[in-house]
Amino acid sequence: MTEAGKRDEAAGPGAAGATPGGRILLGHGSGGKLYRDLVRDVFVRAFANPLLERLDDAVALVPSGRIAFTTDSHVVQPLIFPGGDIGRLSVAGTVNDLATAAARPLALAAAFIIEEGFAVDELEAICASMAATAAEAGVEIVTGDTKVVERGACDGVYITTTGVGEIVVAHDLGAETVREGDAVVLSGGVGDHAVAVLAARGDFHFSADVRSDCAPLWGLVEAAIEAVRGISPTGSASGSPAAAESASGDSAEALRFLRDPTRGGLTTVLAELAEEAKLGIELEEAAIPVSPAVRSVCDLLGYDPLTLANEGKMVLVVAPEPADAVVAALRAHPLGRDAAQVGVVTAAHPGRVALRTVYGTRRVLDMPVGELLPRIC
Amino acid sequence: MTRPADAVPRSGVAAVQPAALQRLAAGLAVEASAALVRRGSSALTFMEVCGTHTMAIARFGLRDLLPPEVRLVSGPGCPVCVTAMGDLDKAIALARLPEVTLTTFGDLMRVPASRSSLAAERAAGADVRVVYSPRDAVEIAAGESDRQVVFAGIGFETTAPTVAAALLEAQAHGLRNFSVLSMHKTMPPPLEALLDLGETDIGGFVLPGHVSVVTGSACYEFLAREYGVGGVIAGFEAYDVLDALLRLARQTETAIEIEYGRAVRPEGNLVAQRLMAQVFEPRDADWRGLGVITGSGLGLREEYAPFDAERRFDVDAGEPLEPTGCRCGEVLRGVLDPAECALFGARCTPEDPVGACMVSSEGACAARYRFRGIDD
Repeated sequence: MTEAGKRDEAAGPGAAGATPGGRILLGHGSGGKLYRDLVRDVFVRAFANPLLERLDDAVALVPSGRIAFTTDSHVVQPLIFPGGDIGRLSVAGTVNDLATAAARPLALAAAFIIEEGFAVDELEAICASMAATAAEAGVEIVTGDTKVVERGACDGVYITTTGVGEIVVAHDLGAETVREGDAVVLSGGVGDHAVAVLAARGDFHFSADVRSDCAPLWGLVEAAIEAVRGISPTGSASGSPAAAESASGDSAEALRFLRDPTRGGLTTVLAELAEEAKLGIELEEAAIPVSPAVRSVCDLLGYDPLTLANEGKMVLVVAPEPADAVVAALRAHPLGRDAAQVGVVTAAHPGRVALRTVYGTRRVLDMPVGELLPRIC
Repeated sequence: MTRPADAVPRSGVAAVQPAALQRLAAGLAVEASAALVRRGSSALTFMEVCGTHTMAIARFGLRDLLPPEVRLVSGPGCPVCVTAMGDLDKAIALARLPEVTLTTFGDLMRVPASRSSLAAERAAGADVRVVYSPRDAVEIAAGESDRQVVFAGIGFETTAPTVAAALLEAQAHGLRNFSVLSMHKTMPPPLEALLDLGETDIGGFVLPGHVSVVTGSACYEFLAREYGVGGVIAGFEAYDVLDALLRLARQTETAIEIEYGRAVRPEGNLVAQRLMAQVFEPRDADWRGLGVITGSGLGLREEYAPFDAERRFDVDAGEPLEPTGCRCGEVLRGVLDPAECALFGARCTPEDPVGACMVSSEGACAARYRFRGIDD
């Protein structure tokens, strides 16, 4: 680091070494000296941890149980929006995907595709946001890769994050474990992320007092798992629910299914679940939290909040007995204050989700098709 | 925005309590029975003629609340759905010109034309861009002087004034690379055409809220006066629609009423009307399902000829081909319930639409399919 440190003194703080004008050059992706400077001055500095500092091509991890493994690419415009940015999104997205397997994040990898000419200080801000989000989730970014493409070949920066996690329950979660009578729980209001990004994009020339809900949800999911087990969060001093498992079975089995309702929203998650589980779902529209601002934007543009993307929400299906305890545990967590049971699994109308509207009417909830388009009239 | 931001004041109406809706529905049942006796018929058919109403009715599941003797059918109010195949083909032919950047509202992208769709053309390399307002198209023209930017304009009196305003802006900036393919239509003529056809016994119209913000209510008076068919201009909340149906059932003398009083004035939006009249003039237009209706379209006036894409570009769109088995035309006339079409939900779905009514977010078939009852 001494070499990089010296250069920083010459070029000023956060200048990524020999980058004229503080912009990413094609040469930064060439694998030579510029590349090494970029890695050290931006990435290693932001994500500072011993595994990454070795700059090996691969790192050794020591998992204690079953492993969850996931990857996700992130492209968003604008790169920074109220409540988040592509960096926070990329870490939260992968942490949340791991969380859906009841997996505590063990390590993350991040791969960047950067457009030539991208401002280095913007990249640094994105990396700082990634590091902060990773810290929130209790995980580190331990390896990565960078490519630089010609101007116009990508839109600023694309980030792919890959995550490995330790599964803290003994059973496999999934649609096949869902039973008639199970409770469908939602960790909070829907539509905030999509509307915040839409407003920030400026295409519609409206402003909305909405912030993206973008957040890593491992802590929230862990609280739910502990509630299902009947262990209070403060009671698990080791912080390792995995240790509480016995070989003969896991009291967490009442937790059936976890999914973060990102693209396609709550509707898509539940429609897919009903299809896979070959069971029906009865959903109560009145129980689903939607903020007044999100509702107004949806009314204006003809969008359905239930199909809008979220980046900090979780859908949980649990057995009926611990449902209230799970909702209470979620509500006790800062990211789950508006959690509620929103529906129930039924043997009626298998493969379909029925929405009981706020008007007391009932209709099918169908998956949205293609891109979201505002109405004309 | 696709309509003037100040044209539709946001109401302070919050979600109405289900109890209030139940009361309205109960009132409707009573009034409908009385109306049937009065009219000496066995069913009361009302038609909603606005795509946003169609969608709202489906989304709120309002059919569940209607008494069995009240039938609600959709009319020719979805702008994308009523656009004739020949017009869609013209837009596609323009998009294929190498110098043209075709801009349009997203809803038009996936509509199947005779041999292609704008989405398919874009995938094949045509420069087709979705805009959210015609002003965005003017901005593109201002920024890319080497491109011929054509705005494919569809919609009724709600969108036409915004297109007129955008065109005048382009003129004020001296832009020579902006033009409009006007497929705009006006709302009253198809209602007259429908009544003249006499295929359906329409007992009253739920009239479009957004269109009427611009037009006002006077343009519908002929419905009551000459055809003896009442109409209520309605808002878009569940309460509004039920209230409009109740008012229609209650009319002992046919009249045009405004239920959407928080946004619609009898004289309409005079500024928007002036803009529209300055740039456009009535011309005959071809409607899917209804054919050519005299004076039902909006063409650019002679003095704006340089901004008229049809005059600027000489394209051959070929003979229009209607998809086999598609009954969108009958759906748009309220003669056929979407679910009665043999293609509905089988060969024709929102993922793989055959007809326009299934692809538009305001289409009657799309609304019926997306928001079908749990037992359907």
